[in-house]
Amino acid sequence: MSEPAHADYQGAKIGMWLFLFTELMLFGGLFLLYAAYRMLHPAEFHRASQELNAVIGVGNTLVLLTSSLFAALALTAVQQGRGEAGARWAALTACLGALFLMNKGLEWGAKFHHGIFPGSALVKAMPPGEGLFFGLYFTMTGLHALHVLIGVVLLAVVALLVKGGRVRQGDCVLLENAGLYWHLVDVIWIFLLPLFYLAA
Amino acid sequence: MSYLDRQGKGGLTSWIFSTDHKRVSLLYLALMTAFFWVAVGIGVAMRLKHLSGSDFLVSARTYNALFTVHGVIMVFMFVIPGLPAVFGNFFLPILIGAKDVAFPRLNLLSWWLFLAGACLALLSLFTGPGAPDTGWTFYVPFSLRTGTNVSLAVFAAFVLGFSSILTGINFITTVHRLRCEGMTWHRMPLFVWAIYSTGWIQVLATPVIGITLLLVILERAFGIGVFDPARGGDPVLYQHLFWIYSHPAVYIMIVPAMGAITEIIPTFARRCIFGYRAIAYSSLAIAGLGSLVWAHHMFTSGMADLANIIFSLLTFLVAVPSAIKVFNWTATLYKGSVDMQPSMLFALTFVFLFTIGGLTGVMQGALGLNVHLHDTYWIVGHFHYVMFGGTGFAFFAALLYWFPKMFGRQYDPKPAYAAWVLMFLGFNMLYGSFMVLGAMGMPRRYFAHLPQFHSLHLAATAGSWALVAGLAVLFGNFLAALRRGAPAESDPWGGKTLEWTLPSPPPPENFDKLPVVTGAPYSYNPKAPA
Amino acid sequence: MNAMAQEQGHVVEPSTLLKVWAALVVLTGLLVAASLVSPALAVAAMLTLTPLKAGLVFYYFMHLKHEGPLLRGMVLAALTVLVVFIGMMFLDLAFR
Repeated sequence: MSEPAHADYQGAKIGMWLFLFTELMLFGGLFLLYAAYRMLHPAEFHRASQELNAVIGVGNTLVLLTSSLFAALALTAVQQGRGEAGARWAALTACLGALFLMNKGLEWGAKFHHGIFPGSALVKAMPPGEGLFFGLYFTMTGLHALHVLIGVVLLAVVALLVKGGRVRQGDCVLLENAGLYWHLVDVIWIFLLPLFYLAA
Repeated sequence: MSYLDRQGKGGLTSWIFSTDHKRVSLLYLALMTAFFWVAVGIGVAMRLKHLSGSDFLVSARTYNALFTVHGVIMVFMFVIPGLPAVFGNFFLPILIGAKDVAFPRLNLLSWWLFLAGACLALLSLFTGPGAPDTGWTFYVPFSLRTGTNVSLAVFAAFVLGFSSILTGINFITTVHRLRCEGMTWHRMPLFVWAIYSTGWIQVLATPVIGITLLLVILERAFGIGVFDPARGGDPVLYQHLFWIYSHPAVYIMIVPAMGAITEIIPTFARRCIFGYRAIAYSSLAIAGLGSLVWAHHMFTSGMADLANIIFSLLTFLVAVPSAIKVFNWTATLYKGSVDMQPSMLFALTFVFLFTIGGLTGVMQGALGLNVHLHDTYWIVGHFHYVMFGGTGFAFFAALLYWFPKMFGRQYDPKPAYAAWVLMFLGFNMLYGSFMVLGAMGMPRRYFAHLPQFHSLHLAATAGSWALVAGLAVLFGNFLAALRRGAPAESDPWGGKTLEWTLPSPPPPENFDKLPVVTGAPYSYNPKAPA
Repeated sequence: MNAMAQEQGHVVEPSTLLKVWAALVVLTGLLVAASLVSPALAVAAMLTLTPLKAGLVFYYFMHLKHEGPLLRGMVLAALTVLVVFIGMMFLDLAFR
């Protein structure tokens, strides 16, 4: 009975959840800083937040929420034995993730164009607290975008595996775990939206 | 056939790409031993410097780098990974009757990350504008302003943290999923409980230091302002984030050590452990409570009084589960037929030294006294009693205990006793002097010292020589045993846990047939003659 | 087949997933609306609706509704630790 360890479906899922906890705590440290500095500089955060484009923020939220739905649909499809549909949903999830990144890139690009980027002269000249807001904004959305990028690659790979039949009904923990990761990235963004874009 | 025998093509690649938890354990042991000796050498150099109160041997700048690198190596590459990565890896699966950990490839990846982090740390010493000189705590604002190679050292710590996280994930999952038939939670050996509790701290606390260190790098690279008062940032928040991890990290270091001691004492006292559940749950309690006391490192940082009082109170509370363990070990020894093998001697020394370290910790938890003792040699003495007298001696006790099982060879006990004498005397002379020095007012991390401190500094330095001589004898004895030790029996100490049912060294897949457990561990019957 | 289905866990119906998605979109709309009314309402909405949205994702998309007590307990413990860390930091910051 020398079965490989990855045959343990539940074990693989526990491992993934434990990893998600570490992601949660990683962002948790940043949320802690945000909460502390918002308490110390409420007016400055309010002012700085007005610089952000709430339309892009809300739009990107809808993109991510929908992508999360697609990821969940992909798992349901594969669990029900509809591999073709599952591969399609997973690929669509990755596409929406790419769309999110594109929006993010446009948004950051516009900020850079206006001279707002980490360490820029404009940000450094802002009153204490306002520059800090942008420091946190770039750190948190940047770290989140990095996770989205990883998720896009992960889901694209898994979509191919589903298409090729390597991930299939009864043996789909890879898809389930990729989905879990993607949903967590979505949850982080659910928190980032009101913290940055709706704080004005 | 044992796991040590040549496999496949053999050679180095059959080790560094092996997913066998036993081989991974030895990979950690080799790497950690090497770094341990580097850090010991640095420690000795610092002691030699204090043969004189002023300029001697090294420059003040080099001295700053020495205590930083000594701390970084010892904390992140020896004491934190120490017992979990070596003995946890080797014995956790065996103790619960499994063939390997839950994710063997992830386990190997952890080691590779450990190697990468270690290489980065080394690189930070010899490249760029100079070795980091901030102390292992990387406190802002100095770590942001200093021109030395802090970013790379901090990144090394980040990578080492990632390695630690993956190990934690692996061990928690292993305990949940791979216990053999009949191995209920309350039949698990107590070392497993300790490793399990530690795994949770690794998973939940380590990411916080990860993000903190990343912020230091970002701050240095871009000036994002999060810890910069001129931009509205608050350096005290750095200390909060740093200690949210680094205090629980103390328990990552000590809880597995306590677990190993809990295996050793029943074996050599020939008695069932006293208070199994109390010890098991106190591991969890230490992990939980220990995560809520971080700010006792910051009583002099200008925190709110309310926070000071609450964190002080919680600090006193952690003493309770720690004391539960000490009382239970003592009660286990009561009326036992104690066999004072070297391993047992080191284990009892652990209890003695850890009690000193623990009680001085309670003293520091008192707000008034803390102001006097903060940042003095007292603190340095205190944490060496916990980290070296505690975890270090437990590491050696565990190595003496499990060496025959791991390598299939028996060592000569006599040099091990001699090593103990040297180490015990040297240790107390070194760190005992530190505590007195600190109480007298000698600040830590100072390059020079005043004449009134000189004689105690000399005593400490002399103690460091005895300590290092003892370490050399201990390691030399192990090396000799590796080369020409007698073959070890499968159960040389009369242990009752599952690892002693296997041949020494164990076969590659541990168990031919997975065991079925029918009773509690430590099944010594005190009434029957042994 | 049954053993296999059990192994891979509960299957959540597409119609359920769609409903949850709709709820998430509506909640996002409410959040935006609240932020347009007044700052106080924006903060109140942030502190209530955002965790609710995250809860929906955890519960349905991430299948916690159908997981056993072990995983649920783990998630609860991890979230508690995070909240306690942030809360205890405020013991300092809010009373300085």
